[in-house]
Amino acid sequence: MDFSFPPEAEAFRSEVRDFLATNLTEEMIEATHDGTMHIPALHRAMAERGWLSGPVPAALGGGGRSALESVILNEEMQLARAPIDAMGVTVIVAAILLEHGDDHLKQHVVPRLLDGSSLACFGYSEPEFGSDVAAAKTRAERDGDEWLINGAKMWTTMAHIADYVLLLTRTDPDVPKHKGLSFFLVPLNTPGIEIQPVPTMAIERSNATFYDDVRLGDEWRVGDVNGGWSVMKTALKYERGIAGGQFLSPPVIDAAVDWAQNHTRPDGTKPIEDPTVREKLIRALIDVEVCRGFAYHCADLANQGVMFGVEGSMTKLFASESYKRHCRDFHDMMGAEGLLTHESADAHLGGRIEENLRHSPVTTIYGGTSEINRNVVAEGHLGMPRAR
Amino acid sequence: MQTRLTEDELAVQDAFRTFFANESPSTVVREAERTGGFSTELWAGLATIGGTGMALPGAVGGGDATLCDLAVVADVYGAHLAPVPLIEHAVAARLLATIGGHDELVGELANGTPLATIALRPPVDGIARFVPAGAVADVVLAHVGDGIVLDRSAPSGETLPNTGGLALAHRRLTDDVISVDHAAWNHALDEWRGLTAAAYVGLGRRVIEMGVEYSRERVQFGVPIGTFQALQQGYADASTRIEGAHLLAHRAVWALETRQPDASRLAGMALLFAAEAARFATDRSMQYHGGYGFSEEYDVQLYHRRATAWILQLGDPSLEYARLADGEFGPAVDGRMA
Ligand SMILES: Cc1cc2nc3c(=O)[nH]c(=O)nc-3n(C[C@H](O)[C@H](O)[C@H](O)COP(=O)(O)OP(=O)(O)OC[C@H]3O[C@@H](n4cnc5c(N)ncnc54)[C@H](O)[C@@H]3O)c2cc1C
Repeated sequence: MDFSFPPEAEAFRSEVRDFLATNLTEEMIEATHDGTMHIPALHRAMAERGWLSGPVPAALGGGGRSALESVILNEEMQLARAPIDAMGVTVIVAAILLEHGDDHLKQHVVPRLLDGSSLACFGYSEPEFGSDVAAAKTRAERDGDEWLINGAKMWTTMAHIADYVLLLTRTDPDVPKHKGLSFFLVPLNTPGIEIQPVPTMAIERSNATFYDDVRLGDEWRVGDVNGGWSVMKTALKYERGIAGGQFLSPPVIDAAVDWAQNHTRPDGTKPIEDPTVREKLIRALIDVEVCRGFAYHCADLANQGVMFGVEGSMTKLFASESYKRHCRDFHDMMGAEGLLTHESADAHLGGRIEENLRHSPVTTIYGGTSEINRNVVAEGHLGMPRAR
Repeated sequence: MQTRLTEDELAVQDAFRTFFANESPSTVVREAERTGGFSTELWAGLATIGGTGMALPGAVGGGDATLCDLAVVADVYGAHLAPVPLIEHAVAARLLATIGGHDELVGELANGTPLATIALRPPVDGIARFVPAGAVADVVLAHVGDGIVLDRSAPSGETLPNTGGLALAHRRLTDDVISVDHAAWNHALDEWRGLTAAAYVGLGRRVIEMGVEYSRERVQFGVPIGTFQALQQGYADASTRIEGAHLLAHRAVWALETRQPDASRLAGMALLFAAEAARFATDRSMQYHGGYGFSEEYDVQLYHRRATAWILQLGDPSLEYARLADGEFGPAVDGRMA
């Protein structure tokens, strides 16, 4: 065992830190309060440095940075509270296109995704199918040389600012569900697409998207006809293992320590003097180290070309469940004052803990619910029978 | 970075897995429990295959293995609940080797006789309470205010009856200080924490494995209970925590070995997390064994009791959290900030 980082990875970490210190401002983070978790200027600055193409294998035309460096980039961005949602999805879509797409997509779309000029979003979930995503029924039918797409997607987050949606469709309704799926990369300005906002209980918004006789050439197909499930596996591998979400807690813990050290309780003591608060803080810091272990482990596996389905699920499960717990613990610690939102000038550190508290429930739902990830661990790691 | 075991580490794991599987089946664990928590035969066998001195310097007769190798062995040892003080003996002997000037004794310790241990908590009025393997250890290292003491008084052989069936005993210690290297003492305790975390991972993995095996055989409502999602979700949670503990324990041990600045912090964290993960795993496994798990006959109860006991040898876990908090946020004196 060896948990040291190669010198170039350490150097990359300081480069990222310096970059974020100069390029990420409080105003930029504040601007995400409009519900769109994306900072265009930061995204472009990162693209200029070649960091978007970093995680994409060099053999596929990407930057060929090691998976360790990708995880470092993710870690540092999350510690600095930079939103990574749109960036993460765009990079994953680029990697998927490079792995499964044809020349048209590789030559015309991938460069735009990686140079920061275009964004992509995921269109898997539907009003009726979320966890059972392989049951998706948005239809794609051949019409001469073209495809005709009809259906509805739910939770197409970022669709309102993205240029493309990676769309999961049904191309054969008469075979078992996993065998009749195909993916398309759909330009969102194609006629027949409608995007409606879906507000959430947190700051972020999502979208419902509708597809009415959307016409598409075959060059927009990703992977084989009816081979959609293998594309989906690539997508989930990237999403759960190394795409982010492992370091949501540190900014919350920082805020909690700040509160605990500076707030004075009615009895004149500070929360940091309270052994129960101290224990909760240490427990949270331990969880963060566990997340680090998982994140570095997945990256190490990826570097060695090992498929990490189960490890990705464990990472996602542990990181999101512990993050939710941390938000609750530290929001509780603040009592009534923790209720103030970012709209209040009196909110502690711009209402950071409250904002995270409201965001946290979704992290155990999207990207595969905790229950689904536990199923993956039970079946894939423990060899227990399929329960559904 | 190499988060998985290396070829060499896998070879070590293989060798000790075979040894403990053959020499420390639950019959041996149960027999040891009846006779004070220690198996003389197992200890002798471990000495024969070099397990008692593997991570000691070759110059004094040790095996020159790394602390990381030792963690791999601790994991297997934990999986079999081996009733011998593998970790305490190794930590005590390594400490003595670090202090220096005791080469002859360290050489003997490498061969397993005499048997050494460390008192995890400072003696009060000359008495160290609840010393691991205190009932059988011939050499006890302890930390008094002034420094490290080495006690060679004979063990009583009398075990304090306890939850974990461990060879715990109180020991009256000499006050002859052999070293004032407090840092070496703290490092030794951290080695104990890191290695015990690794042992907890082995224990946790095994108790989940036993439960999953049982869930294939036990039929209720006409189907194996393993098909019930309630069990699957519980075991998946337990397994996730144990694998997280594994990565943290190994990172902590590697950090101790390579003297990283955060080594002590990680070792403390690893022990707390691994102990809690293993206790969660034993709780789930016992629950999903139903009534049989509670019976004396089934091994899951052996795991349950040891998972509870190992960390308590060090004291109330909340004191460990408090210790880490002092390091992180500055000490709290009398409940107030210093
Ligand atoms: C804010 C937000 C943003 C999102 N962004 C996107 C996006 O950009 N693109 C996209 O495609 N999707 C997105 N999603 C959708 C997300 O992936 C789904 O919500 C998620 O997969 C769960 O599906 P569902 O909501 O339909 O819940 P359901 O699948 O209906 O699940 C309901 C409950 O049943 C449980 N359950 C379901 N099946 C099982 C089973 N087999 N075993 C045990 N329990 C089970 C679930 O765990 C859950 O607790 C987003 C969701 C939200 C809330």
